[in-house]
Amino acid sequence: MISSAVTLQLPALQVALPLISAPLGLLLRRHRLVWALAVVVCWMSLAISWLLLQQVLAEGTISYAMGGWAAPWGIEYRIDAVNAYVALIVTGIASVVVPYARRSVEQEIDEGRITYFYVLLLLCFTGLLGMTVTGDAFNLFVFLEISSLSTYALISLGRDRRALTAAFQYLIMGTIGGTFVLIGVGFLYVVTGTLNMADLADRLPEVTQLRTLHTAFAFLVVGIGLKLAMFPLHLWLPNAYAYAPNAATIFVAATSTKVAVYALLRYIGSVFGPVISYEDVPFGEIAIILAVIGLLSCSFVAIFQSNVKRMLAYSSVAQIGYILMGIGLASKTGLMASLLHLFNHALMKAGLFMAVGCMFYRIGSVRLDDLRGIGHSMPWTFAAFVLGGLSLIGVPLTVGFVSKWYLVLAYLEQDLWPLAFVILFGSLLSVIYVWRVVEVAWFESPSPRAAEAREAPLAMLVPTWILLLANVFFGVQTELTVGVAGLAAQILTEGLR
Amino acid sequence: MRFSQLYNYEIAIFLSMIGFYVLVSRGNLVKKVAGLSMFQTSVFILYISMGVVQDGTVPILVDGVRVYSNPLPHVLILTAIVVGVATTAVALALIIRIKEAYDTVEEDEIHEQDRSF
Repeated sequence: MISSAVTLQLPALQVALPLISAPLGLLLRRHRLVWALAVVVCWMSLAISWLLLQQVLAEGTISYAMGGWAAPWGIEYRIDAVNAYVALIVTGIASVVVPYARRSVEQEIDEGRITYFYVLLLLCFTGLLGMTVTGDAFNLFVFLEISSLSTYALISLGRDRRALTAAFQYLIMGTIGGTFVLIGVGFLYVVTGTLNMADLADRLPEVTQLRTLHTAFAFLVVGIGLKLAMFPLHLWLPNAYAYAPNAATIFVAATSTKVAVYALLRYIGSVFGPVISYEDVPFGEIAIILAVIGLLSCSFVAIFQSNVKRMLAYSSVAQIGYILMGIGLASKTGLMASLLHLFNHALMKAGLFMAVGCMFYRIGSVRLDDLRGIGHSMPWTFAAFVLGGLSLIGVPLTVGFVSKWYLVLAYLEQDLWPLAFVILFGSLLSVIYVWRVVEVAWFESPSPRAAEAREAPLAMLVPTWILLLANVFFGVQTELTVGVAGLAAQILTEGLR
Repeated sequence: MRFSQLYNYEIAIFLSMIGFYVLVSRGNLVKKVAGLSMFQTSVFILYISMGVVQDGTVPILVDGVRVYSNPLPHVLILTAIVVGVATTAVALALIIRIKEAYDTVEEDEIHEQDRSF
């Protein structure tokens, strides 16, 4: 049994542990050792977030005063069902991706840079967890920048020189987004004189009609929107995902946009509250319109990609559309569907990118031409891809079905059946782009590269299958995710009080 | 009259627009970073202006003074300055590597080279 002294410090440890281990990794230098350290840290973080979730479910919101300074003055770490759930997604994905990363990184990154890869990954992990657990508006900005800066460097480690331009493009867009968040937080401080989220939520209802407040809202939504790749602000994403090292793509694709969605939910649901977000400001309508356009256009663009990583990147933007459709609805079922899709999309996209990473490991390419016949030479890897694809489409018994089911339900609840059709139509489009890969890999004669390929090493195949079996497990056993997501949606619709 | 009261905010808006314009209109990557820096700096001025209390003095305890400026935004902006410096450093490091890989720092020439792939 863990002593109560440690239990009390869990919220701080969630962030401090990876933060301390990052410079420690630099000191270790030997990349195998740094990798081992990263694996241990990720697993410990997973244990911490699991314990935190249990504690939140049993006892309610945890408030932790950083450094012993009481809430409105000091920085508060505030953990409720919403961020305990998001922290579990981030740590869970990291715990599977880092063991997978060893072989993949050794092949793709120069020997001398591998240490930096893990250090950057740990820093990015720190930033994402910090954004998740903090209850302070400014602190969130700082962690946002920690995670972003390390992501830019992670992307630039890719072999292809286009990784550099992709990282630069992301840096420009990401910094604009971060600065917008900073401006938004500044305006919030001007109107309320506080940076603590719970305090902000208390004071904002007194000043709902101020134009400064609405400006703050706009800056925050656009700033976070850039980070979560809300359509038309998604332009940095396809290149960044396509040219980053595979292990980095998996981690970033599965976690960073999810945490940005969480930040958006936290601001509109808890800080501003549903009244300001959906009634004073037409956020719901804007979100749904952008989500539908993004969903359809990016699914459509995905169909015409010849690079599978780029195709999955466009599909990610489309999936963000589903999440935003749920948020825009402003109903409890809608929010619940979005939260479920956060978890589920992390599982399926990580699984798909891992399968693609396995293929890249063997044939050194992810172009459709080179993947011809790969289904025969790498049957297990490709079966994993197909399973992930089925989950992406939303076939029953996979997680993709669960979240789409709730999303369609949320729209039917509001009698918005044309939009429910849009959701189903989006699924149809994903059938097409997943099928293109399946057709090439299973039914065409092998390309020269694919003919020589062997099955991926077990060190990569096992983590891939763990995630894909999780896709099926959580698609059948929905109690945990649906229960927690329902509770989290309840909290967000009520505001922080 | 109004101008003299809010001039620092107007300067902040002016600076941010210059920075943003440079960022969007220039194809040279170094100039883009300069624009980005300027855009960030304008936000620092915005924050520092927020902390001003009318007739207040520097926030150091002195006998006989009761009105102080708010030091919190200053502290916040110190953090943001660090973030800004880090961002500029990462951006410049990336530009050096782009220069090595493409032998140019002009956006259109980079696109030209990538298209011929």
